[in-house]
Amino acid sequence: MITSAIIPRPLAKLPWRLIFLVTGIAMFGLVVLYSAAGGSMHPWAIKQAMVFFAFLAIAVAMSWMRESTIKAIAFPLYGMTLVMLLGVEALGFVSKGAQRWLDLGPIKLQPSEFMKPAIVLTLARFYELVPVAEIRKWRAIWPAMLLLGVPAVLILVQPDLGTCIVVLLCGVTVMFLAGLPWWFFAAPAAAFAVVAPIAYGFMHGYQKKRIDTFLNPDSDPLGAGYHIAQSKIAIGSGGIWGKGFLHGSQSHLDYLPEGHTDFVFATMAEEWGLVGGVLLILAFALVIRWGMRVSQNARTRFAQLAAAGLSATVFFYVAINLMMVMGLAPVVGVPLPLVSYGGSAVMTVMLCLGLLMALERQQRTVSRLI
Amino acid sequence: MKHMRITTVHQSITFSRRMMLLGGAQAAVGGLLVGRMGWLAIAQNEKYQLLSESNRVQLIPVPPRRGWLIDRNGKPIAINKASFRVDLIPQQLVNGPQIISKLQQLLNLPPDEVERITRELSQSRGFQPVSVADNVPYEQYAAITVRMPELPGVAASQGFTRFYPAGSAVGQLVGYVGPASAAEYEKENKNPLLLIPGVKIGKEGLEKTLEPVLRGEPGGQRVEVTARGKLVKELDPKPDRSGGTVQLTIDADLHEYAARRIGDQSAAVVVMDVTNGDILAMPSMPSFNPNDFSDGISQNEWKMLSDNDHLPLVDKALESLYPSGSTIKPSMALALLNAGIDRKQIVNCSGAFQLGNHTFHCDKRHGPVDMDAAVVHSCDVYFYTMCLRVGAEKLSPMVRSMGFGEKFDLPFETQRYGTIPDPEWMMRKYHRKWQGYDTVNMSIGQGMVLINPLQLATMASRLATGKRVIPRLLKNKPVAPQTQLAVDEDHLAFIRKAMWGVVDHGTAATAKLPLSGIQMAGKTGTAQTHNLSASERGDYTSATWKLRDHSLFMAFVPFDNPRYACATIVEHGGFGAAVAAPLVRDTVTFLYDKPKAIAALQAFEQSIGGTLAEREARKEAAWRQANGLPPLPPKQA
Repeated sequence: MITSAIIPRPLAKLPWRLIFLVTGIAMFGLVVLYSAAGGSMHPWAIKQAMVFFAFLAIAVAMSWMRESTIKAIAFPLYGMTLVMLLGVEALGFVSKGAQRWLDLGPIKLQPSEFMKPAIVLTLARFYELVPVAEIRKWRAIWPAMLLLGVPAVLILVQPDLGTCIVVLLCGVTVMFLAGLPWWFFAAPAAAFAVVAPIAYGFMHGYQKKRIDTFLNPDSDPLGAGYHIAQSKIAIGSGGIWGKGFLHGSQSHLDYLPEGHTDFVFATMAEEWGLVGGVLLILAFALVIRWGMRVSQNARTRFAQLAAAGLSATVFFYVAINLMMVMGLAPVVGVPLPLVSYGGSAVMTVMLCLGLLMALERQQRTVSRLI
Repeated sequence: MKHMRITTVHQSITFSRRMMLLGGAQAAVGGLLVGRMGWLAIAQNEKYQLLSESNRVQLIPVPPRRGWLIDRNGKPIAINKASFRVDLIPQQLVNGPQIISKLQQLLNLPPDEVERITRELSQSRGFQPVSVADNVPYEQYAAITVRMPELPGVAASQGFTRFYPAGSAVGQLVGYVGPASAAEYEKENKNPLLLIPGVKIGKEGLEKTLEPVLRGEPGGQRVEVTARGKLVKELDPKPDRSGGTVQLTIDADLHEYAARRIGDQSAAVVVMDVTNGDILAMPSMPSFNPNDFSDGISQNEWKMLSDNDHLPLVDKALESLYPSGSTIKPSMALALLNAGIDRKQIVNCSGAFQLGNHTFHCDKRHGPVDMDAAVVHSCDVYFYTMCLRVGAEKLSPMVRSMGFGEKFDLPFETQRYGTIPDPEWMMRKYHRKWQGYDTVNMSIGQGMVLINPLQLATMASRLATGKRVIPRLLKNKPVAPQTQLAVDEDHLAFIRKAMWGVVDHGTAATAKLPLSGIQMAGKTGTAQTHNLSASERGDYTSATWKLRDHSLFMAFVPFDNPRYACATIVEHGGFGAAVAAPLVRDTVTFLYDKPKAIAALQAFEQSIGGTLAEREARKEAAWRQANGLPPLPPKQA
């Protein structure tokens, strides 16, 4: 918050620290996309810039939303998103192919992206409604499992393993913070060990292969392991200071696949080295910490849970992407928010941040007495 | 817990506790990521930098020029001849099938070649050339270069093919080169150089054993390429290093002379410099023509060579073993003198020798002979008698010290060393006691005795010098120190005198040098291969070639101050003095009087029907006709 007599009050009340951080990350992302295109604003950087600033404006505008409004739209938003997911599924059934997009004329909507903030808000709203004494009862658990499980399954069969995992993790985080008993989290972990091999059997061929490759990346260095191998080469060869702007050979010579989308971090690390990587991770950490602070300072249970869940969404995005790029997780197709080229990730993250800004504004403006 | 009432306070405590847990987990993941990145970028930086560089930079190899083989005077034995080749650069190729059919027209490519080119093209990476044709005649090369603008992706260039000026005369010496086989490629850890079109490696002989020196270091155009094989930019080229030149001790002219003088016989000749062991000539004839091999040899050519009973695919100087026959006698005489036999002692030769119930023959009735006469006239009965008296134990060591059965360190993959038997060896190898007839057989170089022509020349060198002369073929190899042999100088002088007598008035009187002031000393040998009766042996025409005796001769010259030693073994040549001795005579003459020797050779070649190349061509044509094959088109000059 900037307090100055010159700057108008509404502007001064914006969380400038967050906006600077996010804009900084996005600008760095543009620089990387500029390099990934071989030193050109086209085709990625210019579009990405437009998308980012548009959603930044939307996020800032969202910050004037009242908590009560957010609460009110939580369930309808969830319902709408679920309907859209079903629509995508039906469309995919008709066209006999994988379908993630809903083509609405000028824009293509990916409903699974909306599901990330929607599931967080819905679960937060649900646990706000659950009476304190009921929290460890079965009836506090099964509706949440249903609310989370249905969209997760719908997204999984699209198939979009990455988004499914992020949605699940976001929901589970809210449930964890809501105070569900420990066994609820311990039991599935144990069950996972049993079920995982069975689930593996039901996976699509390419999903199976990605997991195989993760477990043993050297098994197929020119096939499915290629992504991880080339990504590690890019990051490792960057060293501490990197090869320099526009001098990354892995990305410029196309050895690094998806160097402007999912593997943009490798493109960055090759040119900016460990220093650039650590700075970027630090910037994301500050954004997430800001969101967690909003949660800690929240005065309502809904705000607490929603803020923590929304921050967790950003966290899972970043963490899963970076683990994947560095060979610590299977390749599941999660982009690095604000840096990877593509509108949907920017949209999701900016929606989350807009909601967080709104919740933060409440803490400052709404009198404790009311 | 179930019975406890959960209040708002509980809930808020749970929330902040779990928030701390979540924050801690997030921080831990953040730490893990930074740690992982540090590990990749610092600890493993070197490894990944290497991998990144090997991704980025690719080498279009330029094969090194193969090193030359030159003779002792710098005359080339194996060189590289400029040749023209046509390649396709897949990346620059537009409308491949049309270009290939155009090339097929221009170069007269056979259909299976077109099929190979199409296959290799589909498997190639963008910047790696695909060979279309090797050794293209200049007219076709010119036809391609003129049409270059309408043939995008076609590269016509000058390359090199191996050329041996002396042709088949050096075949067994140098071996040949050819494209690497799959096994050779695997053996060299998939050296990419071996896959380049037109790269040949040594397959046989010196070309193979000297491969590390001759090959050189490939250079290449370093290029930056994308993952899809598209060339981005050219970097500094890596210069290639030509293979090293190897100088041999061979005198190319002498070698070729001896090879031609062998004529249609199946023989090997070895000429050595007795002062340092230098091998001056070592032809083995007939031989394959290594020039044909470096272009790739056809099934028919191969069949013709392997069918030939004169064994053109075997280096007879090193790989074939023969009984030494009487050439062993000077060394035997030395052993007898060493054992205390008086050289004046007379043995009466009746033409036959009785041992137990077996009769050993002499080639004629010599009457009373002493040691000198026994050597000069090659009397077998003398050696049977004296050697039995002394015993094999005292004979074998002397013969071995003269070079028979000895292994020499020469740059050839296969050498056979033969045997000089003794009682201990007999027990080890055949599990039987040494018998008197073994001594009798060994005394005239028959029985178990087996030698190769190089050992025969070495023996001549050692008899000439009394020193342990060791053959040498590579000029840059230091001359082995020649230690004194354990022989009495007086005995040696006697033996040399006797060997002079062999040529002057003995069995090899026909082999007197046509030179004034230079006299040769030598010893003939006739090695039995089959038990022929005396009458059959006298009349060679009645015995088929395969049954005839081998003809041997060894000599050194000049007899009073030895400088050169020469030996030959002519397979199934008949009586030693008749074929082997004149061959040595002419070869040695060449060392002193070239015009005289060449005149003799011309007369000789005329008598057998033309030069080596003419005779080879005629033989090939006859073979093709006999095997129902169409005649070959005349060879291009």
